[in-house]
Order: sequence, then C-alpha cells, then structure tokens
Amino acid sequence: MTMGTFEGVIAIVGLTVLTVATRGFFFLTRREIPIPDWLSKGLRYAPLAAMAAVVLPEVVLLQGQLIQTWMDARLYAVVAGAAYFWWRRDILGTILSGMAVLLPLKLGLGW
Amino acid sequence: MLGTAIGIAAWGLITGVAMGKSGLPLPLMAFMSLVVFAGSAQLAVLPLMASGAPVWVVWATALCVNLRFVIFSAAWRPYFLPYPMGTRLRLAYFTADLNYVLFMRRFPDPRPAPEQLPYFWGGVALNWTSWQLPSLIGIFLADAVPVHWGIGFAGTLALLGIALSLLNDKATAVAGAVAGCAAVAAYAMPYKLNIVVAIAAAVAMGLLIDHSTPKKAPLPVDDKT
Repeated sequence: MTMGTFEGVIAIVGLTVLTVATRGFFFLTRREIPIPDWLSKGLRYAPLAAMAAVVLPEVVLLQGQLIQTWMDARLYAVVAGAAYFWWRRDILGTILSGMAVLLPLKLGLGW
Repeated sequence: MLGTAIGIAAWGLITGVAMGKSGLPLPLMAFMSLVVFAGSAQLAVLPLMASGAPVWVVWATALCVNLRFVIFSAAWRPYFLPYPMGTRLRLAYFTADLNYVLFMRRFPDPRPAPEQLPYFWGGVALNWTSWQLPSLIGIFLADAVPVHWGIGFAGTLALLGIALSLLNDKATAVAGAVAGCAAVAAYAMPYKLNIVVAIAAAVAMGLLIDHSTPKKAPLPVDDKT
C-alpha cells in the first residue's frame, strides 16, 4: 500500500532538507574543512565525468544490459549530435540534429 | 543556454510523467516536484513511496543518489564561502548539476568575483523554470505525453553537447572516457552510485595523468638589468 498523504509530506520535506544539505555540504559551514590539495586539483575532472557518466549508459544500455545490436536509434542520434557539435559548437543544434535522426529511426523503423 | 533549457525541459517532462503514473496523489507529486527539485532522487524514491516503504529508507536512498552533489559542493566552496548563511542556503538549494557544470566552465578560477552571483541566479532561474513547468505538465497530463517517442533523449543530447564543450585537453578527454565506461560497468549498483564511482574513477585517472605528465619548464626570465 502506498504512503499516506501525511507521511508523504513528511518524506518530501525531509527530501528537501537532503537536497540543500548534500548540495551545500562543503560550503554551508565556514569551519575549516581540510580539502587536500590533490583533491581540489582533481575536482577539475568532476564536471565532465558527471556528464559522461550520465550520457554513456543512456546510449549503450537497454534496461541495464549492454545493447547487442547496431539497430538502435540512439547510437546514430549521438553520432549526429556530436558531429553537429564539432561543426557548430551549439547545444540547441546538437539536440535538434540528434532528435532529427532519432525520431525517424525510432518511429519509422522501430529501432 | 536555450539548447540546455530544452534538454532540461525534456527531462523534466519525462520525470513528471513518471511521477504522474506512480499511483501517488497528484497534488503530493506536484508539491514534491516544486520543493525537492532533484530529479534523479525523485525518480529513485518514487517506487519506494508508492510501495509504502519506511520514510528513513526513502531518505537514505535520496542521500545516496545525491552523493555526487557532495563532491560538487567541495568545488563550490571557494566561490561561495564569503556570502552570509542565508545566501549560502539559497545557493545550496539551487545548485543543480547543469548549473555546476556551466558555472565551472565560465569561472574556472576558484575565487569569488562580483559577476558570479548574477550569472548564477540567471542560470538557475532558467533551469528551475524550464524544469518545473514541463514537470508539472508531465504530472497532470501523464497519459497524454507520448513517452515512446523517446523525447527524454533530448536531455541526453543536451548533456552530450555540454560534455563535448568541456573537452579541453587530452587529460580531460581520457578522464571523461574513463567516467563513461565506469558508469556503464557499475550500472548495476543501486541508488545511481555508478555516477559516484565514475566521478571517483575519472578524478583518479586525471590526477594520474597530471602526475605522469612532466610539467612545462617555467618561461626563462630574461632579466637584462
């Protein structure tokens, strides 16, 4: 049985606190927090890592399994989007060109 | 920025649809979307809330999914520390993934500057709106949205563009590739911990490359005095 409304509101308020607490973990307090030098240097790799970690599974996995076919619209959409980005360095065009490849393959061919 | 907003909107819509179809009361879902403002965590706890799991399990799950934000917050610290507590609380609430990535690309030098806050608030205002509106539409019109078209992939493509814009040099490229592969390999981990594993692997690889690459000799000083 699902959560009642009261319990749901409690859960959601707690989730909001968690949003703030995790996102502000290292800057909500002014106390000295020893962040080692190597870590603050290494953090320059974190933004791209986070993006790549979300993108690649979305492209090569299907329900948690590595896809075993080339007939997957997402592969060609990513190639088209990446090619457009190299050409124009524009994110809107990346989305539009990728979707222009994805939709016909997906809806037309069922890939 | 418009492209990024469209990507966010596509994801917000898909997340909203998932919330609308969860079986939980729609007003509760709208409330959740508006105040929690953390898409991955919301998606992770939906099935738990729908099946009546204990509240602490819901919170523990969200905490795990949000662990990447703890890593990001270490990078935010040098920029945000001078501001008063109230401002920092608001900053903390709004620092979503994309704002983090775009901000760090715009201000690579970790020190506070007056133009940072306007840039930040402009970015999060757009991010918040382009997430919340489609999310609410998704919640209330869940059955009318053709999810099978693969609309959500627009969000992935936006991230792809942002990822490509972050490729500065060989080291970031290799670290990014490591992160992608690690995220695929560790995908079976619960609570989206594969993202945390991937970031850790990429940072480790990046540091390894930094250490093994000989530093360029400082430019010789031509002092003729």
